[in-house]
Amino acid sequence: MPSLLEQYLPLVIFIALAAIIAGALLVLPFLVAFKAPDPEKLSAYECGFNPFGDARMKFDVRFYLVALLFIVFDLEVAFLFPWAVAFKEAGSFGFWSMMFFLGVLTVGFVYEWRKGALEWD
Amino acid sequence: MAVAFFYLFSAVLIASAFAVIVSRNPVHSVLYLILAFVNGAGLFLLAGAEFLAMILVVVYVGAVAVLFLFVVMMLDVDFAELRQGFSKHLPVGAAVGAVVLGELGLVALGWQSAPGAKEAAAAPIVAGVSNTAALGQVLYTKYFLFFQASALVLLTAMIGAIVLTLHHRPGVKRQKIEEQNARTRDNVIEIKKVPSRAGV
Repeated sequence: MPSLLEQYLPLVIFIALAAIIAGALLVLPFLVAFKAPDPEKLSAYECGFNPFGDARMKFDVRFYLVALLFIVFDLEVAFLFPWAVAFKEAGSFGFWSMMFFLGVLTVGFVYEWRKGALEWD
Repeated sequence: MAVAFFYLFSAVLIASAFAVIVSRNPVHSVLYLILAFVNGAGLFLLAGAEFLAMILVVVYVGAVAVLFLFVVMMLDVDFAELRQGFSKHLPVGAAVGAVVLGELGLVALGWQSAPGAKEAAAAPIVAGVSNTAALGQVLYTKYFLFFQASALVLLTAMIGAIVLTLHHRPGVKRQKIEEQNARTRDNVIEIKKVPSRAGV
C-alpha cells in the first residue's frame, strides 16, 4: 500500500496548480494592465443612477431555512458513504439499521413536503 | 515530507483562526473560517482520518460556512455603530474574556487523561482496511443506538427549522398542475346567448 502522501500526490499537484494560476491572475493585472483612474470611473456603478442604500440588507429568513434543510440532508448523505463502502461487512443488520435511519428522516422529509417548506411563494 | 505539510497546514490554520477574530468585516471572518476548515481537513488527512477530512470539506465548508454567511448577512451590521461603543463595553468584555481565559487555563493545567484512554483512543485499524470502511464496519452495527439517535437529532433539526422559520404569505397563487391539467372546455367556458340589440 503506497504511503498517504503518494496517494494524495495528484490532489497536491492540482491544488498547487490552482493556486499558481489564481495567484497569477490576481497579480498580473497589477503589473501589466493599463491604468488611468479617475473618481468617476472608480465610483460604484449602479445601472446609471447614483447608488442609494447599502448593499448589506437583511435577507429573508427563508434562505436560512433552505440552507438548514440542505445541511440536514448533507449529513444524511455523509452517513451513507461508510455504509456503502462497508456494505458487505455490515451485513443484513447494517442494511436494516440504515433503512431505519432513512425511514426516520423520510418522516421528516414527508413533513417538510406537506408543510410546503420546499416551495417558494 | 509529511512533516512539512503538517507545519504548513498548522501555520495557515493558526494564522487564519487569528484572522477570524481580528478582521473587522464579519464576511471576511467567515472566509478566513473556511480557510481554517480546509486546513483542519488537511491535518485530519495527515493523521490518517480521511473520512473526517472529506466530511469536514463537504459539510463544514459546503454547508455550515454558507449558513454562517447567511447569519452574518442577516445581522445587518453597521460598522460605524459597531465601533462607537468600544470604550463603553470594554470593561465588561474584558472581564468576560478574562474569566473564559482563566477557565481555559485551569482546564489546560488540570487536565490529565484517564487510565487506559490512550489505548482506547488509538484503536487499531486493521491493515489494508481504509478509514471509511473501518468506520462503516462498526457504526451501523456496534453503535446502532447512537446512529439512530443521530437520525432523531437530524429529524428534530429539520422539524425545528421548519417550525421556527416557515411562514406562508396569504393570498399567493400557486401552480396546481393536476387541477390545471384537469380543466376542460366544458367546466371553464360558459356560452351565453345574447339577444341582439339588447346590450350585454
